[in-house]
Amino acid sequence: MISIQNLQFHYPNSEFRLTVPEFAVSPGEKIAVVGPSGSGKTTLLNLLAGILTPKQGKVRVGEVAVSDLGDAGRRDFRISNIGFVFQDFELLDYLSILDNILHPYRITGALKLTGEVRQRAVHLAEQMGIAGHLKKPPGELSQGEKQRAAICRALLPNPSLILADEATGNLDPTNKNRILDLLFESVAEHDATLVAVTHDHELLPRFDRVVDFRKFQQGAGSKELGAKSPLPPTPDSQHPTPASP
Amino acid sequence: MNSLYLAWQYIRFNKFKTIILVASITLIAVLPLSLEILLAESERQLLNRAESTPLLIGAKGSALDLAMNSLYFDDEVPELLTMAAADRVYDTDLALPIPLYARFQTRGHPIVGTTFDYFDFRKLKIAKGQPLTMLGDCVLGAKVAAELELGPGDSLVSSPENLFDLAGVYPLKMKVVGVLTPNHSADDLAVFVDIKTAWIIQGLGHGHQDVTRTRDSSVILKRSEGNVAANAKLFHYTEITDENLDGFHFHGDTSIYPVSAVIAVPYDDKSGTLLRGRYLEGDESQLIILPAEVIDGLLQNIFRIRNVLDAVIALVGLATLLAIVLVFTLSLRLRQREIQTIFKLGCRKATISRMMMAEIVLILMFCAVLSSAALGVIDSNAEELVRRLFIG
Repeated sequence: MISIQNLQFHYPNSEFRLTVPEFAVSPGEKIAVVGPSGSGKTTLLNLLAGILTPKQGKVRVGEVAVSDLGDAGRRDFRISNIGFVFQDFELLDYLSILDNILHPYRITGALKLTGEVRQRAVHLAEQMGIAGHLKKPPGELSQGEKQRAAICRALLPNPSLILADEATGNLDPTNKNRILDLLFESVAEHDATLVAVTHDHELLPRFDRVVDFRKFQQGAGSKELGAKSPLPPTPDSQHPTPASP
Repeated sequence: MNSLYLAWQYIRFNKFKTIILVASITLIAVLPLSLEILLAESERQLLNRAESTPLLIGAKGSALDLAMNSLYFDDEVPELLTMAAADRVYDTDLALPIPLYARFQTRGHPIVGTTFDYFDFRKLKIAKGQPLTMLGDCVLGAKVAAELELGPGDSLVSSPENLFDLAGVYPLKMKVVGVLTPNHSADDLAVFVDIKTAWIIQGLGHGHQDVTRTRDSSVILKRSEGNVAANAKLFHYTEITDENLDGFHFHGDTSIYPVSAVIAVPYDDKSGTLLRGRYLEGDESQLIILPAEVIDGLLQNIFRIRNVLDAVIALVGLATLLAIVLVFTLSLRLRQREIQTIFKLGCRKATISRMMMAEIVLILMFCAVLSSAALGVIDSNAEELVRRLFIG
């Protein structure tokens, strides 16, 4: 599903460097990416989504070489194939929760907003426990509820790849597991692939694989931990991280 | 449609900002356009009236005051002349004289004392009731009747010229006998009376109980042969009725009674030219004017002022537009995060631009609707507004 080869990326005027010699994710796989802040986890997600383009190397998602697409091509690919749950939800204040969930359908011609889509949005919101808030603006919702709305927005177009950046970061333990269940269900239902950045080590055993991002930064290639593998060492201070962008 | 929907949601959410923006754009659009409408209307009104009045005769002084008072019944009363001025025109056999005495007011409207000839000259027709028949009668202009909700059978009281003049003339209660058809001029906003009624309002003619027949000795100061002097207890009539009509009288020769102007309607062009020639002597105490010339001069001044005003409005408009551009730019900066989100979701640049444009289009549409409504209201009331703001 995902393959990265010889990827190199850096932000202009920054010391930060991201080098990924090789990285692959199989279709339907659910992987967690862990690592200290500023190690480039979000950058990796942005590269996978085509929000950023590598300076060198190739990023492929399915059959598409995302890194070779032009700006418009990457945007079209992203909106049609990738569901992105952002770290800070990024819901629009002036839209109701329902409109936020339906937002991807309103900003592209690639997705058609039909009655069936609306029904699915309501159904998703019910599953996430926010059906009672659909007409409210995000400002009236708690952090956890906003997060769930953001997840609904990402899941609605049935993407083949779901990128979640701290998707459960703002949730209480009960809701964390519930949301993760929903993410996993959605992944299974649509035969999608999930790449989730998380700091929550309690959740790691639920993923198929955990990728310790610090290992990328040490230039030793990817050390990919097997499913249900022992947790990677967590104290960030043990491994100096590159300067954040 | 989605762009418009999202733009509408954004505008709805940011009501206050949108209202301020729409109000500023509307104001800057409506201001010069409404001024244009009002100036065009004032030009039309001023010129129509002036061009339909061939010659005006008044006492030497301000030609503009004379024209404004005689044509539009302006509050500013020119130097007065006497009724003899009308007789003088009549004696030339060159024009028909129509005396005007536009000095008094009733409930904010001018009382115009004149003769029947004025109604024929201005082609004023009676819509309701009848023409003036006796002293104390008045005929209302169409808008006066509508505004005061008066008609034949009602009455109107003249306003005192000076509230502090305790010894002044009593206001006259006038009987409304008719209402004129609208003619879209100053006549619609005037109350017409016979010129003698105007003199009675001034106190030059009056009515009181017959001192020769009264039995109340406390009223009489001195009685001698052929003369009776009464004191202030003598009852003065404040309304002219069939019963007391005979008690009204004028002291002295009415030819020395005041008029504010005389409209001279020459029988032909040559007569007009000859009549004007009669008033060109150096020691002439009277003034004859071509109202169209005077008003044209006034309009030239208005247009000069308008040019300055246009320039000021253009500058203010430019400043406002720059401020609006700044508002949009700052708004875009404030919305960078939102734009980033839309971009991250996969929205194309063109779609983002279309969404922003949709907001601008919606705002401009609101402005257009509001401006059209405001201009519509101004346009439909231009006649009235011009009279109240510029002429009246």
